[in-house]
Amino acid sequence: MASHDIRRPFKRPAISDQQRRRDISLQRQAQNRRDAQHQARCLASTILSLQPAQYEPAEPDHQLQLELEPELQSEIESDVQRQDLRGIDDVRQASRLKGAEARRWFAKQLMLPEWMIDVPERLNTDWYVFARPAGKRCFVVSSNGTTISRLRNGSMLHRFPSALPNGARTSNNSNSGQSYCILDCIFHEPDQTYYVIDVVCWAGMSLYECTTEFRFFWLNSKLVETGACNAPSTYHKFRFSTVPIYNCDHEGLNVAYTGPVPYVKDGLLFCNKHAHYQSGNTPLMLVWKDENCSQYVIDTDGKGQVPNQQQVVLELLFDGKLATSDDPPVIFGCLSGDFIKKTGLQAGNLLRFAISEGGLSFVGWKIRESGFALPRQTQPCSTFC
Amino acid sequence: MDLSGYQRRRSSPALFLSGRKNMAMEVTQVLLSAQSIDSTVRNHAEETLKQIQEQNLPNFLLSLSGELSSEEKPVESRKLAGLILKNALDAKEQYRKYELVQRWLSLDVAVESQIKACLLQTLASPVPDARSTASQVIAKVAGIELPQKKWPELIGSLLSNIHQVPPHVKQATLETLGYMCEEIIPEVVDQDQVNKILTAVVQGMNANEGNTEVRLAATRALYNALSFAQANFSNDMERDYIMRVVCEATLSPDVKIRQAAFECLVSIGSMYYDKLAPYIQDIFNITSKAVREDEEPVALQAIEFWSSVCDEEIDILEEYGDSFAADSDVPCYYFIKQALPALVPMLLEMLLKQEEDQDQDEGAWNLAMAGGTCLGLVARTVGDDVVLLVMPFIEGNITKPDWRQREAATYAFGSILEGPSPEKLTPIVNVALSFMLTALTKDPNSHVKDTTAWTLGRIFEFLHGSTVETPIITPANCQQIIMVLLQSMKDVPNVAEKTCGALYFLAQGYDDVAPPSPLTPYFQEIVQSLLNVTHREDAGESRLRTAAYETLNEVVRCSSDESAHLVLELVQVIMAELQKTLEAQKLSSDEREKQSELQGLLCGCLQVLIQKLGSSEPTKYAFMKYADEIMNLFLRVFDCRSATVHEEAMLAIGALAYATGPNFANYMPVFYKYLEMGLQNFEEYQVCAVTVGVVGDICRALEDKILPYCDRIMTQLFKDLSSNQLHRSVKPPIFSCFGDIALAVGENFDKYLMLAMPMLQSAAELSAHTSGADDEMIEYTNLLRNGILEAYSGIFQGFKNSTKTQLLIPHAPHILQFLDSIYVEKDMDDIVMKTAIGVLGDLADTLGSNASSLIQQSLSSRDFLSECLSSEDHLIKESAEWASIMGSGFHSRESVMMASQPFLKDLRSERVESGVRVGDDIDEWKNHAECIFCGRSTYC
Repeated sequence: MASHDIRRPFKRPAISDQQRRRDISLQRQAQNRRDAQHQARCLASTILSLQPAQYEPAEPDHQLQLELEPELQSEIESDVQRQDLRGIDDVRQASRLKGAEARRWFAKQLMLPEWMIDVPERLNTDWYVFARPAGKRCFVVSSNGTTISRLRNGSMLHRFPSALPNGARTSNNSNSGQSYCILDCIFHEPDQTYYVIDVVCWAGMSLYECTTEFRFFWLNSKLVETGACNAPSTYHKFRFSTVPIYNCDHEGLNVAYTGPVPYVKDGLLFCNKHAHYQSGNTPLMLVWKDENCSQYVIDTDGKGQVPNQQQVVLELLFDGKLATSDDPPVIFGCLSGDFIKKTGLQAGNLLRFAISEGGLSFVGWKIRESGFALPRQTQPCSTFC
Repeated sequence: MDLSGYQRRRSSPALFLSGRKNMAMEVTQVLLSAQSIDSTVRNHAEETLKQIQEQNLPNFLLSLSGELSSEEKPVESRKLAGLILKNALDAKEQYRKYELVQRWLSLDVAVESQIKACLLQTLASPVPDARSTASQVIAKVAGIELPQKKWPELIGSLLSNIHQVPPHVKQATLETLGYMCEEIIPEVVDQDQVNKILTAVVQGMNANEGNTEVRLAATRALYNALSFAQANFSNDMERDYIMRVVCEATLSPDVKIRQAAFECLVSIGSMYYDKLAPYIQDIFNITSKAVREDEEPVALQAIEFWSSVCDEEIDILEEYGDSFAADSDVPCYYFIKQALPALVPMLLEMLLKQEEDQDQDEGAWNLAMAGGTCLGLVARTVGDDVVLLVMPFIEGNITKPDWRQREAATYAFGSILEGPSPEKLTPIVNVALSFMLTALTKDPNSHVKDTTAWTLGRIFEFLHGSTVETPIITPANCQQIIMVLLQSMKDVPNVAEKTCGALYFLAQGYDDVAPPSPLTPYFQEIVQSLLNVTHREDAGESRLRTAAYETLNEVVRCSSDESAHLVLELVQVIMAELQKTLEAQKLSSDEREKQSELQGLLCGCLQVLIQKLGSSEPTKYAFMKYADEIMNLFLRVFDCRSATVHEEAMLAIGALAYATGPNFANYMPVFYKYLEMGLQNFEEYQVCAVTVGVVGDICRALEDKILPYCDRIMTQLFKDLSSNQLHRSVKPPIFSCFGDIALAVGENFDKYLMLAMPMLQSAAELSAHTSGADDEMIEYTNLLRNGILEAYSGIFQGFKNSTKTQLLIPHAPHILQFLDSIYVEKDMDDIVMKTAIGVLGDLADTLGSNASSLIQQSLSSRDFLSECLSSEDHLIKESAEWASIMGSGFHSRESVMMASQPFLKDLRSERVESGVRVGDDIDEWKNHAECIFCGRSTYC
């Protein structure tokens, strides 16, 4: 029982820097583990974070972005970029995204048609055709007891209960959050119906890697089963419907072009039977419009009136040239350096032009720049489709 | 010595006796040889002892106890015999201790009692060393046997010794009682025996005890017996008596008794704080007299009394704040506040009692240091009130020609910087700052400079930073401060070390400042100055080199983006330094140790640099070009040692894995063996723990590319978990690491389930209940629970969407039961709560409808979830929301029926058995369906 040491730390910090390094490492590891788990959890229920109301109030963006830590945000952004590169399977990871991020992601996921400017080979054997319903193109996602539709720009159209798998909180859905559907739809205002034109995921199963033929088969056999095509009810707010699809033989083309459909037509869509679902523009999906099968063959304003002059939006390139958003872009002409200087325009600006007899006029600016003849048949930009 | 009883029980007593006699002679000689100056003789003797022990342990122990008790033997061999005996009963390492305890308990009863008899007999030996050694051995045996309810007669036979006439027997017995109380916990002795022990001890302490040795032994015994006296301290009369005897002992003519008595007072001050009130005035009088007049060891204890009262009051005030409810455990009596007017002047006087070379002596502890430390604690206890009492002393001394006065004034100032409010201190500091800066460069005395630098550090630590409203450091004085500090880093080592410390806190205060950091313009100069310090010839003194690297680390951590390119350049500099340490060859063991220490500092610095640069994309990208080279250096650092890995290098590799991501796979073939070596390092458990953390980093970096290494890693982790040699603190992180691995390799984890799940289950069962555990144990239990739960989370998430989820179904019941029991136990911390509720969600997520009926049967998941949903802790709430979303997948009919009317039972069985859709009356109930977890209406 020697005397007891009572020395206390003298002029020294209580913990060593080494211990601090250990602690910081442990904190970092705990945080990374949390992140990894969080990611894993979100993978489960594809759109978990898009779903509960508290995660996405009406105008949530600023708020949400403030809450996101800077690193996290950049991480998500880089994730989004990676996802774009890595492609289709990553629809599941969209779940990590909230608010604006979700919008950005969904905005890139729809398969977009090119204009049909020539007749593809083997059209009659390798292609389907159907009359496209007029309306809002959107992704419809059902998961965790709710259904959300997102427009082409990623913003939300509706949140509603539906008879799709896991699309409403009914007792039929004993699936866990893994079960979800993603459908490619057009919302047709007049009869408040979602016309399903393609299926990306069904009941948790990804159909990205499947051919159009299989996807259409699957869609036609599964959609009716669920009761989603029934009339609206408390737990099924909007009716869903398939569209009649035809082979591109003479008869099929004729029915699609002229035959009656319960919806307003907006052109014909042609789909290659062997194509996989692919985000963005693809030559394996083509659209045709003319006056017989679309009322939107020419521009209308917000009220549906045809303006005096048709308009075109062109991108200003760095050298002053004006180009469409087609891939590859079509050059329409160019602006003079003086004009650019005077107006303060910069490369990348999108400019709206009115198409008049003499050429393009810069809408909103009194100055007319005409100097080249407009081709007789204007090449429509795919941005209008 | 009466061996008759013992011999009669032996089959061949004669043979044994002769054998033992020979052995006894031999043992004496061996024990003496084992203390020989000649190392050959010594080693040989130690080897012989080892052999005898291995051949026949009972005989070995018997002959040792015989040796110890024999008055014919030389004192040296008796002492060593006792010491070896003691070491055969106890060890530092927990696992070894356990083995020794088991070994002792399995001894033949006859052997055991023979040894005990020898030990007790030795207490009466006229040789003090033999008595003292026997005391310690008896206490060790008591420490093993009393908790087992064995040796019940021990205390009785010791107490009967107390009444023996020879004082040396009494002294040895009291000493034994003291050691015994140190070895055992109060619960193993009943109150009746406690009373008897205390009576004997306090009587021995009494002023009328004529023998100084007896009184000293009694006073020291009381120190250890205090924790047994809970009941006695609650009884006014008994407490008064004990306190009177202790206070009287502080006035004993013998300095050792006075010191021991003050040690008792210190212990009473913290153990029975709430009982001090009636005595505090007397104690103040006694202590202040001792502080001023008594010899230093006594005076130091007297100061320590007030320091420990401060500790108590700081704890109480921190826990309850100023407003404590009537039901708080211990109220604050504000003893320090009341004593303040007398206490502060006494402590200030002590500050003037510095020793000449105390700053160079690492082990120094004197009145000035104790006084200043106590003053600092007083300031933390009372806050603003201390300032006015100390200011006159500072003002009166700080400009005096005697360095002691200047140093004491500065030290007083530095001591009161933590505790009082910034409002109170800032105006004073603003005045003092430029004086301090001048003193740091101009004062002729290095003690004064040392304390001045330390005080500047305290100013920056407590009054500089984003939380302080009025900044001490402004654009007007920032440059001057930095220039003075950089200048002062060239001073003698102890001053330079404190200056580095000041710079450390200066940088830390700018940690979260809006960029650019005010240090940005000076970043390069600061870094260069710190590097210069590390290169000083005398950087080995006063921890100077370490302090410089630590400050460099902090400057880097707190730098803002504008300095990123310089941080990147620093990587190359530190890499070159590390490279240099690798070039040295044929080092002596001393040099090797220095090399290892320096490598540690450099790896630590690289770790900070990697983490800093890895935290943003552009700098990470720029850093990546060094990754290969750095990894190569770390591997070569590992190669400097044969059996162990360098902890700092391992920590740095964790940071590197995080920064490099999947590319870390390139390093794995070479790195793996070091990883394994780290996992095998039971002795340096910190290294093992760090390596386990690095496995987690690598899992997240490599994801399924870690698969080729998994078998070996898992094998090693299983071994670690099963080892009783490995420090227990490493085990929770190992469980978490299971989760990391499962998450990385997904369903490939299946082959480990067979071993991992039972291990998790038994650990879960162990950690489910904490009844009767102390705070430390509860804290550990929660760490363990968290590790187990993180393992479950990782495994469930890893298996999700795989075809092998059914492998997990059999484990769901015990996991749910574990969640139930920790919920019911009500002692989990927030972290466990968050992880636990997450596991519930993971289970539901991965097992889907398979788990729904199980979850419904779980007793508390619903209550648990609703409690978590209403938690104020953001992370708990987030996890709970996740779990409730997962749980809401089960809005099945079962839940409706489980929760509702009995008449539905039939329908349920119909549904369950036939699988057909039940009737419309059930559909009606759908509207009332509840989430199985939270009980909220489904359609709410």
